[in-house]
Amino acid sequence: MTILAIDTSNDAMAIALSKDEQVIAEYISINKNKHSTRLMPAINQLMQDANIAPNHLTKIAVAKGPGSYTGVRVGLATAKTMGWSLNIPVVGVSSLQVLALQAKPVTGLICPFFDARRDMVFTGLYDSKLDLVQEERNVSMDEWLDQLSQLKEKIVFISPNMANYQERIVNKLGEYAEFMPEGFNQPRPGLLALFARDKKSNQVHQLQPNYLRLVEAEAKWLANQEEQAHE
Amino acid sequence: MKKDNETMILAIETSCDETAVAILRDGVKLEANVVASQIESHQRFGGVVPELASRHHVEQMTIVLEEAFRQADMTMDEIDVVAVTEGPGLVGALLVGISTAKALAFAHQKRLVGVHHIAGHIYANRLQEEFQFPIIALVVSGGHTELILMKEHGLFEVLGETRDDAAGEAYDKVARTMGLPYPGGPEVDRLAQLGQDTLAFPRAWLEEDSFDFSFSGLKSAVINTLHNAKQKGIELKQEDIAASFQASIVDVLVEKTFRAAQQYKAKQVLLAGGVAANRGLRTAITTKFADQNIVLSIPPLWLCTDNAAMIGAAAMIAYQKGNQADWTLNANPGLDLEMYGKR
Ligand SMILES: [Zn+2]
Repeated sequence: MTILAIDTSNDAMAIALSKDEQVIAEYISINKNKHSTRLMPAINQLMQDANIAPNHLTKIAVAKGPGSYTGVRVGLATAKTMGWSLNIPVVGVSSLQVLALQAKPVTGLICPFFDARRDMVFTGLYDSKLDLVQEERNVSMDEWLDQLSQLKEKIVFISPNMANYQERIVNKLGEYAEFMPEGFNQPRPGLLALFARDKKSNQVHQLQPNYLRLVEAEAKWLANQEEQAHE
Repeated sequence: MKKDNETMILAIETSCDETAVAILRDGVKLEANVVASQIESHQRFGGVVPELASRHHVEQMTIVLEEAFRQADMTMDEIDVVAVTEGPGLVGALLVGISTAKALAFAHQKRLVGVHHIAGHIYANRLQEEFQFPIIALVVSGGHTELILMKEHGLFEVLGETRDDAAGEAYDKVARTMGLPYPGGPEVDRLAQLGQDTLAFPRAWLEEDSFDFSFSGLKSAVINTLHNAKQKGIELKQEDIAASFQASIVDVLVEKTFRAAQQYKAKQVLLAGGVAANRGLRTAITTKFADQNIVLSIPPLWLCTDNAAMIGAAAMIAYQKGNQADWTLNANPGLDLEMYGKR
């Protein structure tokens, strides 16, 4: 089984190849907003380096968001099209779950999060088996930390945006807050490839981005509809 | 089935709110043409919402691809070139098509070609009949109003363009002021067929030798007339407003096209772009060129609105010129037509 993993959903552009039980090539680079031009050259290079032709691939794994809308779409459009046209399965994995994969060796709850701007985060809560225990959401960090502090359980926080939040987390959760060691706060595409190995694939037409947020115009429109319904 | 000397092009267009895929034989014969329109989704907002358009493109893309291959009864193995709209257009929307095209071309090791959207609109006409140069093309759409001279395949000289609003934009704004449903252009056209040019709106001819356009003055004149009438309690017939507005736009478009055709001794004049579907414009230009020894090409309605067939038709020329995009191909919302032609 040869898997190509793609994660362009956040600041890092990350791709990897796994063969059977091993990651055989991995590339990560952080350079915001250039995912669309850099992705295919990187895939080309990675596959050449690993001596794997596109028709050797047996599965595609993709991080489906949340994250940058455009980044998520670049990844998904690429993964879906490659999977569909090569007639191989595509597995979409939440970008938060991909991030949480790095905390797998630790025991306890795992809280991955990405900065979603306007003091909001994309986040959710996973257990150590990487099963979701509190659904993914787009929420203000303070509100989310209040909620987590009531659990009175040890929670491992993991995020590439940790620097901006660590102090607040410690203030709210005190001894319940734990953090990943330096170098473990970026999602790793190699882990995504391995994780996808035994995962059931999605029907490719149905695989959609995990935006966690409505389009602004749509949200306003829905709110308006609701208002009118109540009048 | 494909013969050895034939070129099969798969073309993708996602620059605005249509997700479109086409398959062409030698760039002139359509084997498949699929367009998934999002108009119903954007209608409630009175215009295209870019983020929503991009989302719909991702939802539709592989479904539309599959349908195109089904229509053509072909597989990716038989395709030689993957072509995609590179710009102009909405950047997020363009990126979905470009990512898709790159994935297809990479996965099957095919040639990748980026296409200018307006070159596509012009080349839609080549699916109907072979070009005869020199050509004067009148491109009118929501975002564009341009007069273009072509002396040979793939080369474009912009003779004139709008200095403010595109014709389609003026249509949309006037339609909104008149309280017509979105999209307003076709609705204005429909009403105009039933009314008379009674309001004598201005024609913006600009300098005598200029092929440029300007529609913002006309747009303001219409809006002012509507407001004044309302204040004075005068009831204006919607049909007459539409007819008068349309007559003003069409007069200028047709007259300037006619002058350009004479000045450059055009053998062929062609209409291109969404507004080319406008009945007022089609009738007026047909009448104007009726006794001229010039081929007048007006695409059928399905080739006027955005589609991928036209992108494939333009891609054939780019391919023959030896153009090839590499894996860094990016969306280029401000892509210049003349520069594109000189590649
Ligand atoms: Zn167009």
